[in-house]
Amino acid sequence: MGFMTFKGGVHPHDGKEFSKDKPIRELLPKGELVFPVSQHIGAPASPVVAVGDTVLRGQKIAEAGGFVSAPVYSSVSGTVKAIQPRRGATGDMVNSIIIENDGEMKEVEYSPVEDITALSKEEIIGKVKEAGVVGMGGAGFPTHVKLSPKEPDKIEYIIANCAECEPYLTADYRRMLENPEELIAGMRIVLQLFDHAKGLFGIEDNKPDCIAKMQELTKDEPRMEVCPLKTKYPQGGERQLIYATTHRKINSTMLPADAGCIVDNVETLISIYKAVKLGKPVMNRIFTVTGDAVAEPGNFDICLGMSYGEVLEAAGGFKVQPEKIISGGPMMGFSMFGLDIPTTKTSSSLLCLAKDDVAASETTACINCGRCVSACPEQIIPTRLAKMAGHGDMAGFEKWNGMECIECGSCSYICPAKIPLAQSIRTMKKQILAERRKK
Amino acid sequence: MSDLYNVSSSSHIRAKDTSAKIMLYVAIALLPASLFGIWNFGLRALILILVCVATCVASEWIFEKLIHKKSTINDFSAVVTGLLLALNLPHTLPVWQAVLGSVFAIVIVKMLFGGLGQNFMNPALGARCFLLVSFAGTMTSFTYDGVTGATPLALLKNGETVDTMKMLLGTTAGTIGETSVIAVLLGAIFLILMGVIDLTIPASYILSFGVFVLLFGGHGFDMTYLTAHLCGGGLMLGAFFMATDYVTSPITPMGRVVYGIVLGILTGLFRLFGANAEGVSFAIILGNLLVPIIEKFTIPRAFGQKKEVKQHE
Repeated sequence: MGFMTFKGGVHPHDGKEFSKDKPIRELLPKGELVFPVSQHIGAPASPVVAVGDTVLRGQKIAEAGGFVSAPVYSSVSGTVKAIQPRRGATGDMVNSIIIENDGEMKEVEYSPVEDITALSKEEIIGKVKEAGVVGMGGAGFPTHVKLSPKEPDKIEYIIANCAECEPYLTADYRRMLENPEELIAGMRIVLQLFDHAKGLFGIEDNKPDCIAKMQELTKDEPRMEVCPLKTKYPQGGERQLIYATTHRKINSTMLPADAGCIVDNVETLISIYKAVKLGKPVMNRIFTVTGDAVAEPGNFDICLGMSYGEVLEAAGGFKVQPEKIISGGPMMGFSMFGLDIPTTKTSSSLLCLAKDDVAASETTACINCGRCVSACPEQIIPTRLAKMAGHGDMAGFEKWNGMECIECGSCSYICPAKIPLAQSIRTMKKQILAERRKK
Repeated sequence: MSDLYNVSSSSHIRAKDTSAKIMLYVAIALLPASLFGIWNFGLRALILILVCVATCVASEWIFEKLIHKKSTINDFSAVVTGLLLALNLPHTLPVWQAVLGSVFAIVIVKMLFGGLGQNFMNPALGARCFLLVSFAGTMTSFTYDGVTGATPLALLKNGETVDTMKMLLGTTAGTIGETSVIAVLLGAIFLILMGVIDLTIPASYILSFGVFVLLFGGHGFDMTYLTAHLCGGGLMLGAFFMATDYVTSPITPMGRVVYGIVLGILTGLFRLFGANAEGVSFAIILGNLLVPIIEKFTIPRAFGQKKEVKQHE
């Protein structure tokens, strides 16, 4: 099982044992909730409520700020307490709407749809857009934009990213076990948009139960197929997943649609289902609290806007004082100074590590061993690029294809000299992109 | 209790292997050849090995002390250099020459260029070639069982017959560590199993050298002649332990194949058409110098990049 894969990659300890067998638990928020107006790639949303307004759960509190943008909804009923900048998981200050929760969870009326097949394509995309669905695997790219490619007839594959290749994370895993029907229904809706497309579920073979379950449930779906993938990081990287499931290759200058593919994460597809079928906007998501420093790791259905700290309390708090807390997985997640940070549409987990590998390891000289080269899924030369980044050699960096880096962090992970290669390359990429914008 | 947690750029986890561990594996992999050399050549071999290792480590420590840098002797790379150098010396070499070679390897070839990872030439081989041109007499006189004799390669060059079985086992004249093909291969297999080296460079090196010998050796498809060339001299030690030296070999996947082929051709040229019977050391050193050019022409295409796509200038 699981022959589909890509070249390169690494095999970090997967750490999923902490939370994989914990069923999803619903959490009811207390106190105040914080809703950053920028929870997606693109223009920030603009608030449509004022301080003092009462809001209901499911009420729009910020309107999309453009085509590539997404609205934000309140996940609780209560009063708007303030609109001010708050620190987000990436460390930036983001304008946020703060709502004092009245604890009553009074909801707006949703407009569910009886027969989805009667909806036109435009109606479906409209509902997805209105619900504020974005790529919930972490990228946060507005989904309605993804679903509106230039040539919809050329889309041949809708790939559900069920790889969950990041160590420790088990949110998608639990979703596949507990809500597979919603996932499949989400896929069915997307397939309705693309007449020539086939739906693929790419699942790593360390989740045989999910593979079996999805195969069972899709056996009467002629347009859907389950693709078992080899367990390897970053199997769920967009370019890697497309290659593993379809053998098509895309580079940094292309979109998945250029290869006839659209990739959506498990949680995103479920949000599409909720948006179209139930008429519910994105207010909740599944969230893993895990790591060796957490007392009772688990998977939670959280109301967006709750702080990481509040979710942590539900997981029993810390067992030991962690050295590092991370929003997301250990390979691509963001480390955070503190827990008073709001969860957003793209928050998939809180990982608390008792020991910080990075602080514990001493950087030594590069010995040119080439392990980063073997590990790089983009087949570039991380150590050389990091050196060029160090010298500020932009021309060399581009010549050696540095812009193709997907920032998966495999090179930093594997490096025996413990050089933060991905960090140097990421920084250089940002500088070059900034230079290009100047021109 | 601090309220702030550690913050750093991802990734947040690190694999267990360190550079020091890799170097330690290389040192361990050289043990079969070293032990065989000691058994084959006796106490003098042991003394030379100890002297070279000790001198290499000491020169690195003293050099770093003098320039007020943090000591790096814990990374085992000086140990590997010392060991490799010793294995490339005849056991009859005067100790002071071995000391001089070790100092040259570490101070001139390695530290003056910036230390570990910065040297453009393999330190042990650089030192061996330095000794070869400085002390040609002692470096090329080989004795076996107390009798001065030629190495199998030298015999081969003079058109005499050699015993390939003895060459495989290593019971012949030669430098301390190069004689036994079996001992060298044992270490090489260990390195491959531990993931320290892969077969790209050794295989392309040995194959291209073999083809060169078949084409230009003047013996046609004489398998005994070919086997003698493959087992003789420092080819196996060089191909598995020195051509694969990370620092001085190309990092581009295609470049590694090209490098191996270049080494094979150079070794063939030196052995068949040069004045000396041996050619591995000079071939690898020359190959080391060609690495930047090889890399320049073998920049890999990134995943999903098409051939015709031109890069931004």
